[in-house]
Formats: sequence, structure tokens, C-alpha cells
Amino acid sequence: MTEMHMVQALNSALDNLMKEDDSVIVLGEDVGVDGGVFRVTDGLLDKYGEKRVFDTPLAEAGIVGTSIGLAIKGFKPVAEMQFMGFVLPAMQQIISHAARMRNRSRGRYTCPLVVRMPCQGGVKALEHHSESTEVFFAHTPGLKVIMPSTPYDAKGLLISAINDPDPVIFLEPKKLYRSIKQEVPEEAYEIPIGKASVLVEGDDITMISWGSMMRPTISAAEKLAKEGVNPEVIDLRTISPLDHDTIIESIKKTGRCVIVHEAARTGGMGAEIMARINERAFYSLEAPMKRVTGYDIVIPLPMGEDCYFPDAKRVYSGAKEVLGA
Amino acid sequence: MAKKKDLFEEFNPLEGKVYQILDKDGKVVGDEPKLSEEQLKDMYFYMLYTRVSDEKAVNMQRQGRMLTYAPVSGQEALHVGSALALEKDDWVVPAFRENGVFLVKGLDLHKIYLYWKGNEEGALIPEGMNILPVTIPVASQTLHGVGIGWAQALKGEKAATVTYFGDGATSEGEFHEAMNFAAVFKANIVFICNNNQYAISVPVEKQTASKTLAQKAIAYEMPGIKVDGNDVLAMYSITKYALERARSGKGPSMIEGYTYRIGYHTTADDPTKYRDQKEVDEWKTKDPITRFREYLKGKKIWTEKYEEEVQKKVKEMVSNEVKIAESSTKPPIKAYFEHTYAEMYPYLEEQLTEMSACEEEKEDTE
Repeated sequence: MTEMHMVQALNSALDNLMKEDDSVIVLGEDVGVDGGVFRVTDGLLDKYGEKRVFDTPLAEAGIVGTSIGLAIKGFKPVAEMQFMGFVLPAMQQIISHAARMRNRSRGRYTCPLVVRMPCQGGVKALEHHSESTEVFFAHTPGLKVIMPSTPYDAKGLLISAINDPDPVIFLEPKKLYRSIKQEVPEEAYEIPIGKASVLVEGDDITMISWGSMMRPTISAAEKLAKEGVNPEVIDLRTISPLDHDTIIESIKKTGRCVIVHEAARTGGMGAEIMARINERAFYSLEAPMKRVTGYDIVIPLPMGEDCYFPDAKRVYSGAKEVLGA
Repeated sequence: MAKKKDLFEEFNPLEGKVYQILDKDGKVVGDEPKLSEEQLKDMYFYMLYTRVSDEKAVNMQRQGRMLTYAPVSGQEALHVGSALALEKDDWVVPAFRENGVFLVKGLDLHKIYLYWKGNEEGALIPEGMNILPVTIPVASQTLHGVGIGWAQALKGEKAATVTYFGDGATSEGEFHEAMNFAAVFKANIVFICNNNQYAISVPVEKQTASKTLAQKAIAYEMPGIKVDGNDVLAMYSITKYALERARSGKGPSMIEGYTYRIGYHTTADDPTKYRDQKEVDEWKTKDPITRFREYLKGKKIWTEKYEEEVQKKVKEMVSNEVKIAESSTKPPIKAYFEHTYAEMYPYLEEQLTEMSACEEEKEDTE
């Protein structure tokens, strides 16, 4: 075990798999010599050479589109999009091809590739650098979508993603890249895709979140606990396929629910989670569910972003509302 | 020994040159490839098979036996000539008008029909046949071709990839990204542009200010050549040349096959709205099959008897394949769910049950 922040944990995952499997390759903008703008791929070029680590031209559709061809021909490409806000030119490749190839070729061709990208905001970044559009991907059949919230989960989930036979969108909350450290094994290990994690057990209210919103959610839960409330805190880890079993089990126990996400409210994952609860645990509910989310506006530039992103205070008030209903 | 001529240098598109072996009357005007009688007959057979099966598809669509279909008539030489230059280990990444390529690669015609009849089983390419299914989003497939060609280069394979696309595709960003990636990473790929001069209604002159499409390659430090796309020998020779170049690690190249879409963009299109019949009639005089027939006559390969035989064979094949396509049943609903991911997750299993109930209900009422 070594103490690592998320960037080191992700780097360690790539290093483990590149060492054991020659077909794992890394490609993207600045991922080679520079080691990625956040340094997730640091040192890999020196270690594995320019036939495994590629600084590509600055073209997102090109990166994902060629990754599809490479995957069909036996490689396991791990492609990096520099920011989630820049993945848009590659959406046709992700949605119309990577996600559909298995079905449309009736299983003859598959796309075991991973598209990694830094997501979410809260770091006073430039315009287009703070996006949380996980639902674009979650809405697309054929994709798996992951967003870890800890270094340990990040490593285990990235290893599972690379080993997965289907295309995986791997979203890395940039706010958490270096802000928390954790003991992480140096060797490879997997965390199953499609499995949420119950961080705190309780029976008064279910608090669900993922990625960088776990921190305000946990802080709010701690405050509630001090007041004698027993919240249950769930970290989704995988956005799609959604582990609704863990959620439903919790709702049946608590009867109350608050969902926290950074993304805009309308059509966000909160809506989907509520719909699943409605389908499966409606009669267990004791109060209307609540979403604490970003707003349905363009994410403000840094001077105005503080009030946009949910914080512990907003999560706490949201939970109180549900508890008081 | 004289240095072997570089066709790409000799037929520089910037100098307005067009590579041709047979003129429109089938007269030899260039260096003929060394082909056996068998191989020449194959060229004729596959072009005819493509033509007859295409006409059948259009007729079936008009009779309500086929959905919207993209005809290929007039472009047979481009596809058949280039595909015959492929070796077994080479890969093909098509757009949606490459029936001739599929047939040369050995895909059963009924598969093509099935795809256009709305059955995914038509896109299931048999193991060992290195061709991707039809791609509809314009130019997007060129990147998959580059990825495969790049993989071939990385693995040091003596094989290459051909990707097909139309004139309209050269306006898409993904085409340019594909050309650039191919050149930067020296992928084993040949880009073949089917310049049939119309992207639905928009003529190539409105698509680009470039005088040729082939010259676009030059900006990527890649050779490009404009070829008479109705000349099956020229298409064969240049593709063979470009593939050998790619297989030996000399990198990508681009071939612009200059041809004409005699028919509709798809059966949902009405070309009288945007082009003159005179233009169509003029291009009919440059027909790739008629031209090649004249060439074969000159070589004493073509006879009335041979024509009768080959026509009969092709018609029988088409009619058999139609029967197979029309007797095919709907794909099972389970298949859609099973092929969404390697493993179906529980929420999908539930939805499978839901959708299957609809299937059972429909069967009951039928």
C-alpha cells in the first residue's frame, strides 16, 4: 500500500495493465511527453515507448474514431479527452459507433475501449472546463459510465474498465485529482462496474451522490448525524448501468431520499434515480424525494460558480426538507 | 534498370491529370495490368452481378418488398476494380454504396438485401471476412479504417485497409481528421473516394472549391490521384499499387474515382429536381460495363455465348438470393438485448421480458 492521490492511483492502474498486457495503449492530446495536462499518464511514454503511448493530433473525433479501429483490430485503447467539455466533437464516434458496434455487427465486432476525461468543476477553471454531462453517455445504450470519488475506487474501477469487453466512459472529477490521499495497493485490483458503494449505513434518509459531490454529501450527512439523524450515504461509482438494487434496498429501509449532483437538474441522473425508486419502492416512501443539483443554466464562469455547485449547506437543507416532510 | 514509374507522381492531380487505362469506348490508352482470362472474366462477372442485383433491389423497393435503398448503378467499376485488388488479409471499411465490394469479398447477396430490408442479420459479417458493416453517418467510418490500418502498421502486418466514402464526405471534419491521423501515424490505409458527383442534390462543385478531391491528399503529405472511376482496369491497377505501397510501410494514399451516380441517391430521392436528364444520358455513354465488354471483345474473351451464360448465371444467383432474403424471418428480440453488452445486466433482462411480451402478443393476433 502506498498513499496516493487520484492522479497517482489512475497512473498506477495504467502502469499495472500496460505492464501485463501489450495490447493496452494510451492515446490522446499531450498524453505522451507532457504526461497529460493533469499528469495522469506521466512517465508512461518513457516506460512503454512510442508504440504504446501516442501524442495524437488535436482532434477528438480522430482520437476516438481511430481507437474504434484499433480496438476492432485487437488493441485495448485508453483514449484521453482533455476535458469533458471537449468530448463533443467525438460524440458521433462514441454514440453512433463505439456504443453500437457490438449490436449492429451482431457481436462480430466489439469496442473494448476506454475514453477517460476530467469532469465536473469547482476548480475555478476556464469556460468549457467544468462540465458534468454524464447523462449524455448514460442515455446511450451500449456504453458503461463510471465516475469514482476516491483514489482507491478510481484505480480499481479504471482497471475494470480497461478489462471490460465493452466501451467505457471513465469520468474523473478533476476537483478530486489531488485533493485527497488514500492508501492504495500498488498491484492491480478490480472494483466491479455496476456496483454502488454504501459509505455510511443508516435508516433515516438515503443520500445518493457520485464524483466530487460525495464530499458535500458526506459533510452534510456528518452534520445530520451530530443532530441524531442516521443517514445512509451511497456513492454510485457507476452511473450506468445503474445499481438500483442498492438504492431500492436503502429506500425500503429509510423511506426518504435526497439525490445530489453537480449536473443541471433537468434530465439529470437524479431524475432517473427517482424514476427507478418510483417504479420499485414508491410505497416505501414517506416523503417526496429531493434533488440538490446544479441549475438549468450554463455553468457560470468562476466568479459566479460558487452558488452554482451544490455545497454541504445546500445538501443539508435539502435533506432537512425531506426529513421534515 | 530504369526506375519504376511512380503513378502518383505521373498523374499529379494538381496538373489536371486523370489516370485511365480504358477510354470510354474500351480502347486501351494506358498500361494494362497483367491479368489472366479468368481474372478478366471475374471483373466482368462481379460488375454484372452488382448491376443486376442493384436493379432488382430498386424494383423490389418499388414493389414494397425492400425499404429505402441506395442504388449503385454506374459505379460498379470503382467498387469491383478496387476490391479485386485486395488480398485476403486486407481490411475494408465501407460507407453504404459498396455492394460490389461486399460481393467481391464473398458476402452473400442476401445479406446485403437483408440489411436494406431492415434486418441486422444483414450486417453480421462472417468470421474471417475482414470487412466492417455498412456505415451510414457520412465520413465517420474513415477513422475506423485508419485505426485498423494503424493497428496493421503497429503490428508490422503485411496487410492494408481500404476505406470507401463519397464526394460529400470530403467536406466532413472526420474525413480530414482521418487523413491527418493516417499520415501522421503512417497507417496502412488507402482512401478511396467514390466521386459520383452528387451528395444527394448538391453537386461536387458546390461541395468544394478544390478542382479535384484527390488534391486534398497533398496537404496531408500523402499522394493523391484522380482516376477514371468507370474504368475497371484503372481502378484495379491503382488500388493494387496503393495497397502494395501501404503494405510495405510506405504509408497512406488517396484515390479519387471519378464516376457518376446514374440512379437515385436513395429510392426516396428524385434527381429530376436537381439535375438535367441530358447529363445522365451523357454519362450513360461512359458506362463501365459496356466499356469493359468492348475491351473483352477486342481480346476475343467476350462472345455472345459467354454473355448469355454469364447473364443466366447472374440472374439465377440474384433470384436465389432474393428467395433467401425474402424467406428470412424477423430477428429474435433477444438478439438486440444480447448484443447491447457482452453480458446483459438485470434491468435489460427485465426490458427484454417486456419487449418479448409484445412479440408474443403480435404472434397471437397474426
